[in-house]
Amino acid sequence: MSEVLGLKEKLGRNVFKHSEHRHINIKEGREKDPQLKKAVLVCPAGLYSVNDNGEVELTIDGCLECGTCRLACGPELLEWNYPDGGAGVQFRFG
Amino acid sequence: MIIVGGGLSGLAAAYTLAQEGLEVLVLERGDYSGAKNVTGGRLYVNPVRELFPDLWKKAPFERFIAHEQVVMMAKERSVTIDYSGSELAVEPYQSYSILRAKFDRWLAKQAERKGAMLVTKNRVDDVIMENGRVIGVWAGGEELRSDVVIACDGVLSFTAEKAGLRKPGRANDYAVGYKEIIELPLEVIEARFNLEGNEGAARLFMGEVTQGMFGGGFLYTNKESISLGVVVGIHDLMQGEVAAPELIDLFKQRPEIRRLIKDGNTAEYSGHAIPEGGLKAMGKLFGDGILVAGDAAGMAMNIGITVRGMEYALASGYIAAQAYLKARERQDYSAASLSVYQKLLDESFIMKDFNSFKDAPQVLENPRFFNYYPEMVGDMMKEIYEVPNGPKKKIFPTVKSRLKFGELMAMAGDLRKVMKI
Repeated sequence: MSEVLGLKEKLGRNVFKHSEHRHINIKEGREKDPQLKKAVLVCPAGLYSVNDNGEVELTIDGCLECGTCRLACGPELLEWNYPDGGAGVQFRFG
Repeated sequence: MIIVGGGLSGLAAAYTLAQEGLEVLVLERGDYSGAKNVTGGRLYVNPVRELFPDLWKKAPFERFIAHEQVVMMAKERSVTIDYSGSELAVEPYQSYSILRAKFDRWLAKQAERKGAMLVTKNRVDDVIMENGRVIGVWAGGEELRSDVVIACDGVLSFTAEKAGLRKPGRANDYAVGYKEIIELPLEVIEARFNLEGNEGAARLFMGEVTQGMFGGGFLYTNKESISLGVVVGIHDLMQGEVAAPELIDLFKQRPEIRRLIKDGNTAEYSGHAIPEGGLKAMGKLFGDGILVAGDAAGMAMNIGITVRGMEYALASGYIAAQAYLKARERQDYSAASLSVYQKLLDESFIMKDFNSFKDAPQVLENPRFFNYYPEMVGDMMKEIYEVPNGPKKKIFPTVKSRLKFGELMAMAGDLRKVMKI
């Protein structure tokens, strides 16, 4: 069925390989930065969310490595790297 | 010779250099070439056909694009321009739908066959500099030295950034594209899109699909799947109310789309940032011991109807290889010697295109293209086609009533800007 799937289900169709490290981290002390909240809007995988304390949280599983959050938030807010070689998403179609 | 990134530009450079008998090492972080790459869906072959004459016959294309549509999508209706021409249906075909995991993997094999060495699952961690010149890279805990490093590591290019050739990208100069691969049986695709044999269809959607933001929707038919997705300016997305994942779901539910993908199976969800800042957003393309090609160099372009990047990647990889060969003759890999790359790019279609369309990003930023015009065209069609209970109004006054003086002036203003493209 190609109805609306919900993100979890959609991301579940992809091949992801486990990574030892979180390749993107929010810089300490910047969790409430208004600019960082933009990541919630731009991430196509919906991995950013705001918790009850108003802090932005990032779930790294399901990352498409598209680079959008780095372009939206910049290196000032995000420690951004690609996953280790051979880890992370492996597109079968692309 | 080290090439960072085994995508289209890296592989084009590797293929070209290996063909000359040089030792080439391509470092690719994915499990295979294409594992980290995403396209909306189509490659235009003409600009690069002669650079790689032996490649095309056996290339794993999906379908040649014989039917082009642009859909102006308003909230409640849409108006479509459909272009099918005999020129689109004769060989050599001008464009094909492709899937990168398949295409890049195949291209990697061709480069390897020429003698290039491809190491996959290998991320480049750092650039090694000595007295301001690049002398190699750190990858997988190893120091790898090279007279020149070609940075083909994609839109964020940490290689070029670490070498000091570019700054971290800004949201204004980039879009994000994301799509679903929706599998359908071959016969169903051919029936739904009115295709014969290996013909394919391409459709672009502007207007409600991005809720007035800069960008659009796209659909390409592959052999046994459809690439359906959205491209939207990151800066616009940041100002908006609606999150990226929601846009594509709303798009899928539109009646124009829903019936085309009915009973299809979503096999993959992918996304990638795209450089769209044009000439102004390009960083430096060469330095001491380094060349930059493809998306890493900012070489992608959205001029509305055509959205291109992959030909620029293939061609810039080829040209980077030519520049390296010239520098090698001189045994001089300084920035001055490698500046021949810029010269060759300037002479090629790449920089000619980027100069011709240097105003496109600013012109297309106009939000009227993404909400006002699609709604207006839709409304006009509604009024022209409508047969009411009772007398129908005359058509010309109906149209004229929408085009008051102020509106005509605004349209003339938009047109004047569009004429720069």
